[in-house]
This record gives sequence, structure tokens and C-alpha cells, in this order.
Amino acid sequence: MKKRAMSLVGAALAAAIALPGAALSQETTIIGVSIPAATHGWTGGVNFHAQEAIDRLEQEYENLDFVLATAGDAGKQVSDLEDMLATRNIDALVVLPFESDPLTGPVKRVKDAGKFVTVVDRGLAQEGIEDLYVAGDNPGFGRNAGEFFKEKMPDGGKIVVLRGIPTVIDNQRVEAFQTAIEGSGIEILGMEHGNWNRDDAFEVMQDFLSRFPEINAVWASDDDMALGVIEAIRQANRQDEMWVLGGAGMKQMIERVGDNDTMVPADVLYPPSMIATAIELTALKYVSGAAIEGRYILNSTLVTPENASQYYYPDSPF
Amino acid sequence: MSAEASTPAAPARRMRIDLHVWGPLVALVLLILLGAFLNANFLSYGNVTNVLARSAFIGIIAVGMTFVITAGGLDLSVGSMAAFIAGVMIIVMNWLVPELGAGWPVVLAGMGAALLVGLVAGAVNGLLVTRAGIEAFIVTLGTMGIFRSLVTWLADGGTLSLNFEVREVYRPVYYGGLFGVAWPIVVFAVIAVIGEIVMRRTAFGRHCAAIGSNDQVARYSAIHVDTVRLLTYVFLGILVGIATIMYVPRLGSASSTTGLLWELEAIAAVIIGGTVLKGGFGRVWGTAVGVLILSLIDNILNLTDLVSPYLNGAIQGVIIILAVVLQRGRKAG
Repeated sequence: MKKRAMSLVGAALAAAIALPGAALSQETTIIGVSIPAATHGWTGGVNFHAQEAIDRLEQEYENLDFVLATAGDAGKQVSDLEDMLATRNIDALVVLPFESDPLTGPVKRVKDAGKFVTVVDRGLAQEGIEDLYVAGDNPGFGRNAGEFFKEKMPDGGKIVVLRGIPTVIDNQRVEAFQTAIEGSGIEILGMEHGNWNRDDAFEVMQDFLSRFPEINAVWASDDDMALGVIEAIRQANRQDEMWVLGGAGMKQMIERVGDNDTMVPADVLYPPSMIATAIELTALKYVSGAAIEGRYILNSTLVTPENASQYYYPDSPF
Repeated sequence: MSAEASTPAAPARRMRIDLHVWGPLVALVLLILLGAFLNANFLSYGNVTNVLARSAFIGIIAVGMTFVITAGGLDLSVGSMAAFIAGVMIIVMNWLVPELGAGWPVVLAGMGAALLVGLVAGAVNGLLVTRAGIEAFIVTLGTMGIFRSLVTWLADGGTLSLNFEVREVYRPVYYGGLFGVAWPIVVFAVIAVIGEIVMRRTAFGRHCAAIGSNDQVARYSAIHVDTVRLLTYVFLGILVGIATIMYVPRLGSASSTTGLLWELEAIAAVIIGGTVLKGGFGRVWGTAVGVLILSLIDNILNLTDLVSPYLNGAIQGVIIILAVVLQRGRKAG
């Protein structure tokens, strides 16, 4: 497994407990993996890391078989799950739900059929369905970003915020961010949705730049958006006036942090490789017999020039 | 030819045309007044340049879409096609850098590739519609999925980025300009004027309208219906290529989210501008006004705190419908 900062919340992930593994290893275990299609940078990263983890595990363990399905919308994902259950005879399911509510029922049916269920990133609407939950820390993502702003702007300042697609994830991040900067003298001039999209963020930032004569920093809250924002700032020739904090851990951004780029002083991780963590942990249950059930939350680590090299993956498309 | 088909309705049509003419312009003027009233920077050089330059991509595509719709067709694939062309352009340019060095030859080769791919993609759409006789909606729905998947595949699910040095050479195509007018605005204006002339003053434009109002009558009038239809898709493909040439230097990247929903924005702009969705009547300058209306709505919402950002989509929807009501409402009463 990749070495990276993680915190283990209430999970009993002990080192391999030697169970009589012979019986387990004789017949093939089929693990279904259902993830959203690569519709933007981050999900592209999810696809890459899922494929990579599957290839690696299939090579390493003969008795593991994987079924990978990508879905462009929630409805397609429900069909994928039904097909996996009906025709592919899966023993375990790793699912990154497209949306929480529509997927809760279908995932519960998989669970009721006696399968091991791992849910990644987006929690289900009903508690206690999944055996294992692997996710990033969304409030932590906003909080760490907020703490960084406070540290960089001890005397306060004027900032603008670009939000993602209106979702629970986005709300949690923004609320935690606002709580973190409370009372610091940092004033949020404006907040608009850039939909985690480079083009949208470019246009929103152009308009922020026309609207506000003084901006000290931008919380772009996503690396794709940060790239659009930086381009808009460059067009207005106001690079020296402000810096930008993105998020997620896109390789181009991590590289810029590592190069001490003054416009990109840091980044906050929300690694798409969490899908690999989930697949590996699920596989571990079948190859080692270790206890896996529980919750596994990955830290939203702050990447700075000092530690950037640890989080740089040149081969990833994200 | 079109005159023959519509002679009985001529008096009624003249009334309708009057309202058609003023509807989109009135909406545009109202929006400009609203923007100027809400924010002092609205009419600044910087903001006007931003709005016009970002309208250019959809605008260039929408001019071509006007011809397709006027001739009774539809093209849902243009957004995906733009993404695919952007992807191919970037790959071609990155691939040529070691051969030619990072300079204008590489950029020109990329532009050539964009026009070629646009032409071929448009021809595929057009041939499937005219030769295979499949409805335009279905053909272009299919190619929309194909182009989108191809760019995702080319980018390996991530983002294709243009070589950094080439990008610096190419950058002025979006950010530079002629006498202070940004290039995308110049190109959009030139294409809109040419489009208007072709629609009004040439046999091709009149043939499009004739085919759109009644393709059987047009056929009996010795118009090469299939050829004209095919050409509308080919021209649209080339225009998508031109739009992509202006788009790529902006952010220097292409991914599966590039050009998302451009097709709907282009179609909306065409209809707001007074072109009839069923075909038979098209107006290029109206399309240009429609594109500006759509960009202004976004811009004004970003420049103010009037409404919750959650409601931006609703405001856009209301204004689009109002703009069309303005030009058609009174004829119903």
C-alpha cells in the first residue's frame, strides 16, 4: 500500500491475524468495483488508481478476480450493481456512490445478499449498511485550508471563494472553512460556484477581478478551478497582488508547490487514490483474513514546499 | 422558391417579422441597462472584453448552427466535437514539438489539424443524416457520445495539457488582439458578418430556408437538398474547429469536461435570436445577439450578490424564456 499520512478512526485494522487461510485461498473471490466515469480531473484520478490497484492485486493474488464498472450517472450505477449481483456472482463490492440517496437502496440489496460492502468517499443516506467506509475528510479539507489562510494572513485580508458543484461535500468544506477563519479579520468578498471546472472558474474569476479592485488571496478549493483562476489573474496582470489555494492534489499543482511558486504556496490533499486504499483493504480481507470492518478516514493533509515531493505522482493523469 | 411556398401567409409574416426583429435586441438592451445599473465596472473595457471574448466560442459555433437549424437539421454533437478537436490539436502540437521546435509552425499545424478534424467530423454527421437517412437528432446524439468518449480516452481520463513553450507562443491568439480588440472577438465578428451575408444574399442561404420549410417542395424546385444539408454540417464542423482554435490558447488544456453543454447553449442562442427551431427561417445576427444575452446573464450574476448562487440556473432559464416570449408572445394573442 502507498505510504501516506492516514488516520485510523475506530477501525480494527490489525496486522494479518493468521487465520487458517488455506480454505480461503483455494476458490476465487470476485470483487466488484463500481465508480463514476471519468467526467472530471478528480474522477479521472479515481479511474486511474482503481485500474492500477486492480492490475496489481490480480497479478499478486491468483485467487482474486475483479469486475470494474464505471457509470456516467446514478441510474447507470444502479444497473451496474444489479448486473454484478445477478450475473457476475461477486463476493464483495467496492462502491464510490455517484450520489448518496439514489444508491442507498441498491447498495443495501447487495449487503442483504450477504456480500461484503465497502463504501468510498460519499457516505450512504442510511447508516450501518457498509462493512467498511473509506473517505477523505471534507470538514478537515475546509478547516486545513482555513487554518492556512489564517497563518498566511495574520492581519486579515480580502479573499474570494470559488465553490464546487452544490453538494453536501461542498457545503461541509465551506462551512468548516468559514468556521476556521472566523474572527481572523479575513473578509470573504464574494463566493460563487465554479463547479470544479476549469472554464467556469476562469470566467467566475474574471468577473471577481472586474468587481473587486483589491483581492489578497483566492480559495479556489480545487486544483482544476485553481488553474482557471490563475489564468484569469494572469490575464488581468494582477499576479503580484494575490495567491491561490486549490485542493485535491493534482500533479501539476503539487509540482508548482514544490517549485516554490509564489502564486501557489500550498495545496490541500483530497487524494483520488482513496479508491486504491479501499480496494486494497477489501482484498486484504480475502487474502489475509485480517479484520477490516470499520471506518477509515484519510487526512486532508496540507502540502507545502517542504513535503511536496512525497505527494507527487508523475504517472497519474491527475 | 421559399417565396412560392409562403406567399399566402405573406401579410401575417411581415407583422411577425417586426416583432422577431426587435425581441432579442430589446432583451439585450434591457440586460445591458440592468448590468450598468448594478455595477459600475460593468461597462469597463476589461469587463466588456471578457464577456465578448468568452462569447466567441459559442458564438462561432452558433453561426454554423443557425444554418443547420434553418435547413431543418440539428447538431447535438458540437460540444463534444470541440472537446475532441481540442484533444487532437494538443496531441498533434505536443507530438510535433521535437520535430519543429516550439514556434509558429507547430501552432499552425495544430490549427490545420483542428480544421481538418472539424471538417471530417462534420462530414460524418452530414453523411449519416443525408446518405443513411437517419434523423439528425439520433445521429448527432450518437456522435456526441462518441466524441466525448474519444477525448476521455485520449486524455486517459485526465487532462491533456499543451506543451508549456508552445502555449506561450500560442497564448496571444486568445489574449492578444487587433487595436485593443481581442482576437476571439474579431474572429467572431468576421464570421457573424460573413454568415449574415451568406444567409441573406446567396443561393445557399435561401436554399437552406427552402429546405427547412418544405424539403419536398425544395426537391421539386431542383435544389440539391442532400448536398446543401451535408454542407451545413460540414461548415458547422469547420466552425467548431475555428472555435476550438480560439479556445485552446485560453487554458491550454482539454479534458472530458471541455465544451460541456455547448451544444445546448448554441441551440438556445440560435432560438433566442429568432431562428425557427423547426427550420425554414434563420437569422445570423439574431444568433449573435442571443449569444451575447446568454453570456451577459452569467456575467451580471457574477458581478452582483442579488440572488443566491444556487438560483443562477433558474434566473438564466427565466431570462431565456422571456427573451423568446418578447419576440413571439404577441403573435399568439
